Amino acid sequence: MPKPRGPLSEWVVARLADSGAHPVGAAPLAHVTDDEAIALWSLHELSYRGFEDASDDAERDPEVLVVRHGLERALEQRLRARWDHAGTDVPEPAGVPDALEALVAADDGPSLADHVRRRADTDQVLEMLRQRSVYQLKEADPTTWVVPRLPTRAKAALMELQFDEYGGGNPNRLHAHLFAKGLESVGLRSEYGAYVDDALPETLELNNALSMFGMQRRLRGAAMGHLAAFEMTSSIPARKIAQGLGRLGLEGAMVGYYDEHVEADAVHEQLAARDICGTLAEDEPDQVGEILFGAFTCLDLESRVATALFDAWGVER
Amino acid sequence: MSEDFDHPDIVLEPHGPMLVRGASTIRDAEGTLHSVDRPVVALCRCDKSSRLPWCDGTHKVIPRRRTS
Ligand code: FES
Repeated sequence: MPKPRGPLSEWVVARLADSGAHPVGAAPLAHVTDDEAIALWSLHELSYRGFEDASDDAERDPEVLVVRHGLERALEQRLRARWDHAGTDVPEPAGVPDALEALVAADDGPSLADHVRRRADTDQVLEMLRQRSVYQLKEADPTTWVVPRLPTRAKAALMELQFDEYGGGNPNRLHAHLFAKGLESVGLRSEYGAYVDDALPETLELNNALSMFGMQRRLRGAAMGHLAAFEMTSSIPARKIAQGLGRLGLEGAMVGYYDEHVEADAVHEQLAARDICGTLAEDEPDQVGEILFGAFTCLDLESRVATALFDAWGVER
Repeated sequence: MSEDFDHPDIVLEPHGPMLVRGASTIRDAEGTLHSVDRPVVALCRCDKSSRLPWCDGTHKVIPRRRTS
């Protein structure tokens, strides 16, 4: 399990431990958002691969669920407040693909990909890859939760996209596996969750939002909007990152990973915006606002991670 | 009654690529044959991709001339 970052995550880690010696009393309040973020990340992880040193029963432990619920509620409120603050207009259902495109086009967050392409040094690139690994080693998984909650057209389209993410059935082409190979090729560790203790609070918040959108049926629209914005901002940055890796002599499997995403995501962005979000909006018009909220949240959280890294590196944005 | 849905094999995206489903090989403008190993591919229609015949997203950063 990850290293605790405060009283709340200490309680969570002790509670999840396989020892049976559960801490008594209610979960303490977190002192810092970092503490909250790692606590929620650990709780979500129970629904993915779990931890060797956590009890298998912990996922459904009622007291643990209460803590998870409280943390998710706080996270969702924070994300919605940012979305409300942005004040984006919500279109008619038929206008969703264009509205997604406009939202992405208007995004002026700092670009890690530009930095990697032109100026980043090797340490910075490795740091970015460590941060990304928290998600990329389970790439596409948070979105898979949503499949059974979608109407027919959006469900089929999501599967068409996910099938590609999972290598079309070939484990060697599964994207998370390509990323693991890429990590090894640049001398980093590739085991699942390897760099969670290095994850910035912004990285954890991004991962937590993605898991929360994926795991709650109520948030299916946000999950699909997030997917669309993610795919729509992937192919060009992937090409830039591949160029930057080449510039630094980091050739090999990691370049292959980003190359794969240039072509794959040029397809995925079309599927996500039109066949998934477009049809979902038509079939469930009450999801329009949610789709846009999810897309906004994707761009906003990516930009927060980029800002945090640039600040840590002392790079002007 | 449950309806039947459109699910074309080839889709021209507005201001974007051509999506092709279920292809196994593509011959590009130079005559080179490319094998396809994904269920759907995006073929560049703007001619500005750095990886022709595939779309690489570049169409989004060039001024629009197509009206499709
Ligand atoms: S159509 Fe996408 S790059 Fe040409």
